[in-house]
Amino acid sequence: MRWPRNKDQLWALLVILPSLALLAVFVYGFIGRSLYTSLTDWGKDPAQALSLKPIIKFIGLANYKELFTGLIDSRFRQDLVSTIFFTLFFISGCLALGLALAILLDRKPKGESLFRTVFLFPMSLSFVVTGTIWRWMLQPEGGVNRLPVLAGLPAGTFAWLTSREQIWRFEWNNLPFYTALVVGAVLAFVSVSSLRSRQPRRGWVAAACAAILFAWAFAVGRGWKPLPFPELHGFNLAFIGIIIASVWQMAGYTMALYLAGLRGIPEELREAARVDGASEAQLYRRVIFPLMAPITLSAMIILGHISLKIFDLIFAMAGVDNVSTDVPALLMFITAFRGNQFAKGAAIGILLLLLVAAVILPYLASQLRRQARR
Amino acid sequence: MKRRVLFVLLILAAIAAQADGKLEIFSWWAGDEGPALEALIKQYTTLYPTVQVINSTVTGGSGVNARAVLKTRMLGGDPPDSFQVHAGQELIGTWVVAERMENLTSLFTSEGWKTKFPKGLIDLLSAKGGIWSVPVNIHRSNVMWYNPARLKEWGVTAPKSWDEFLATCKTLQGKGVQAPLSLGENWTQQHLWESVALGVLGPENYAALWTGKLKFTDPRAVKVWETFGKVLEYTNKDAAGLSWQQATDRMVKGESAFNIMGDWAAGYMTTTLKLKPGEGYGWAASPGTAGTFMMLSDSFGLPKGIKNRTAAVNWLKLLGSRQGQDIFNPLKGSIAARLDSDLNKYNAYLQAAAKDWKANKIVGSLVHGAVAPESFMSQFGTVMEIYLGGKNPTAAANAAQAIATQVGIGK
Amino acid sequence: MRHTRSQRGFSWRWFMYLLLVLGTLFFLLPVYLVLVTALKEPAAIMLDTTWQLPKVWNWGSFVQAWVSFLPKLKNSFVLTITASILSAMLGSLNGYVLSKWPFPGANVVFPLMLFGMFIPYQSVLIPLFSFIKSIGLYGTIWGLVVVHVVYGLPITTLIFRNYYVEVPDALVEATKIDGAGFFGIYRSVIFPLSMPGFVVVIIWQFTQIWNEFLFAVTLSKPDTQPITVALAQLSGGEAVKWNLPMAGALLAALPTLMVYIVFGRYFIRGLLAGSIKG
Repeated sequence: MRWPRNKDQLWALLVILPSLALLAVFVYGFIGRSLYTSLTDWGKDPAQALSLKPIIKFIGLANYKELFTGLIDSRFRQDLVSTIFFTLFFISGCLALGLALAILLDRKPKGESLFRTVFLFPMSLSFVVTGTIWRWMLQPEGGVNRLPVLAGLPAGTFAWLTSREQIWRFEWNNLPFYTALVVGAVLAFVSVSSLRSRQPRRGWVAAACAAILFAWAFAVGRGWKPLPFPELHGFNLAFIGIIIASVWQMAGYTMALYLAGLRGIPEELREAARVDGASEAQLYRRVIFPLMAPITLSAMIILGHISLKIFDLIFAMAGVDNVSTDVPALLMFITAFRGNQFAKGAAIGILLLLLVAAVILPYLASQLRRQARR
Repeated sequence: MKRRVLFVLLILAAIAAQADGKLEIFSWWAGDEGPALEALIKQYTTLYPTVQVINSTVTGGSGVNARAVLKTRMLGGDPPDSFQVHAGQELIGTWVVAERMENLTSLFTSEGWKTKFPKGLIDLLSAKGGIWSVPVNIHRSNVMWYNPARLKEWGVTAPKSWDEFLATCKTLQGKGVQAPLSLGENWTQQHLWESVALGVLGPENYAALWTGKLKFTDPRAVKVWETFGKVLEYTNKDAAGLSWQQATDRMVKGESAFNIMGDWAAGYMTTTLKLKPGEGYGWAASPGTAGTFMMLSDSFGLPKGIKNRTAAVNWLKLLGSRQGQDIFNPLKGSIAARLDSDLNKYNAYLQAAAKDWKANKIVGSLVHGAVAPESFMSQFGTVMEIYLGGKNPTAAANAAQAIATQVGIGK
Repeated sequence: MRHTRSQRGFSWRWFMYLLLVLGTLFFLLPVYLVLVTALKEPAAIMLDTTWQLPKVWNWGSFVQAWVSFLPKLKNSFVLTITASILSAMLGSLNGYVLSKWPFPGANVVFPLMLFGMFIPYQSVLIPLFSFIKSIGLYGTIWGLVVVHVVYGLPITTLIFRNYYVEVPDALVEATKIDGAGFFGIYRSVIFPLSMPGFVVVIIWQFTQIWNEFLFAVTLSKPDTQPITVALAQLSGGEAVKWNLPMAGALLAALPTLMVYIVFGRYFIRGLLAGSIKG
């Protein structure tokens, strides 16, 4: 063995071992335990749920099946839809606002550090504090709705967090069909761009996958009904308030990232572009934005994983009982700690983990591949 | 010198031994409801001066937060000596079936309580051959409040059935009252539902829902949702953003004609809004429910494995006594659960309520934990959402039955 | 060049300032509202006069919030300071090992560690609760300390590791030649250089732990509640008179806000470190 070459290397391992052991238990051990719990029926029978020695039976994937096909679990399915919409808008909002603010600050206005402090300060607050503040701001009869009055306009009438409106409704049973179409379209696009950039193998593989997906979609997907009854889902307008509050809190983060990135662009590069006759707008579009792409990706991943597991903010802003602003993280909490259904709550937790893992794992993999290359 | 020190130490030890116990009371009675509890605690310390009472309250309306905290404590093996819980299935369906509570039948017998509480109440407190909590107060759920002066102006009277209610509301709309029934956020809608259910089904069938004898998918039960939908059309569109007090305010101000809310609204209107019962506000049983008292009760039980059992039992004895209940309830704005309370201590509304308590048929409230366990309650919100989303009575009925089956109602 | 730009871009410059001011308004308007509401008397808080300044400045809400929050503030301070320092110390040692003493499998172990920082804590909440209960730490501040130290290990390790990677290997080698071993190098080379790292990590952890809610609400009892839980309960009640939650929110936010204003630079460094720039 080349390692350990001496006592010191052994010490190194021993020093880090406790942390590894703790994480092995607290992260992987507990995930395993949650997984196991989600495969049991703990909590289905109220008599067993809270007794000191509950009798628990293994029931396999039944909890998961219920979450996706049970009549009363429509709330969970809507939560999934809501979370995806929320993530999309939250990320776009933070990226757009953060980039805009970073560009503005990069122009070196007077009082730049003061502006920067102002834009970043919400990051130092707890989500609970932010949620409390914005809950008051978004009261339907006060706060933001009253702002226009100061300018002499009529007051706003949007119900914000208590709104029950839903737009962009779609039928859950159509989901497989639409998903296949969307993924197929993406693959088709990848295929075309790969073929154009002379990567034939990738191009043809992508084309084949796209073709299979389209065929499946039209032949089988349209007829496949995951649910035996119709169920409409859509984007709950109540989330608009939550999006605003969360962007208010996190835009400073993207701003800081972009600012660091912008400052990293050497002035020579900008000068060279200007000498070549580029206008400011072109400078941004052709030179600066492409250089910001890795930051955008990094930010999207970090923001994405925050938004998928968001809990504190919504708990403080809308409480657990406001169904229009429900998300899986909240549902897990009340299923387990109010409804006493611990197994089902664990199942929701595991599904949440899978969602987050889908975003984080590719990112971690690529980061470490980059490091291995060093 | 040494002997004196020893002497002093002995005295100190004796004193320490005297402060023999603690008593931890866990409740959600903070804020407005705090004074009533504090009066009771004061009485307790007068009777048992050596016990230090720890008043643990968790704020949050109707115990929403308190129940979660209680759960983690019980699961964590650290039960409080006694905790506030809605009498009935909220306690039985969660903690009694899990065998975490002590049977209080012997206490009821020794204190002679079996004759002092109405039979209907004791039935709701009982399960599996035991009695599980001591009710401190009684609130009524099926009350309809109105502003007498405004009703006179509009020339209508309090309707006696839901059909009459719908007709009256139509008339009122004709007179320019856009939302004759004022409503608030989520749980107040469920509260309205149970008054509709009682009015449409009648007390026997309503009670049958909770024993499983009547299924939610039975046509009679589905009719509840149909009527509920019609009633909702006469409510204010911005209900989701109002607290229950704000909904009651609408009725008081005359923007709405009626408000269906439990009789804690009387406490609010009398104490906070300083209105006189009968003049500033009037009341009637919810349409179609005259003669039935839909009750909810705050009660305390005796968890197993607590540290200060004697002190806790003494607390329960105080709670169930005439003296204790008559100290607590006038301050709280509810009536005593006992049939022999001194009605002179109570205001006009409460006296009328106490009379009804003695005479009416008693059923339990759904929304306030008397007739259904927590696992049903926490999912009933979804049923309500399903209904409000599509206004489809059959879908709602199916969902309700699905939950009932899953939770084991009637097994 | 500059001359032309400022001439041509004169109106653009004003536009830029306009945008900056709008941005400032967006970020500061809520703060104004919080202050104004907290200073109003409960009876004066009405939805239609939300934006107006209070007629009577009522400092009573702050006093009330302070009194009811004081024990929770104490809990939060004890929890946060203890857990921050502990997790920083462990993070420093771990970062040192990972950057200067690679062992077989370190490349696999490190990402496995990092994954722990991204998981939704709901997926481990129930077993965590059972575990903490079984070792008797349920409802104690120490239980929360343990939890925060363990789940803080990935980020503190990451920050220190990235920080120590910048320390030239030559320096370490030179000390080795002088006869120093594992601990000797840490004591004489690494630790003295770590001060900025400790500042960044402790400030970051202070903010995260102070602001954390999920573990706090699940694992604490009313007497060991941190401030975030107390605040959530204040505003979750019925018929809330908003002066108290607003005052409470300000009090709860003050410590981390102060840390941010005073140590802003280090705060930002901690922020950026979390994006694993490698």
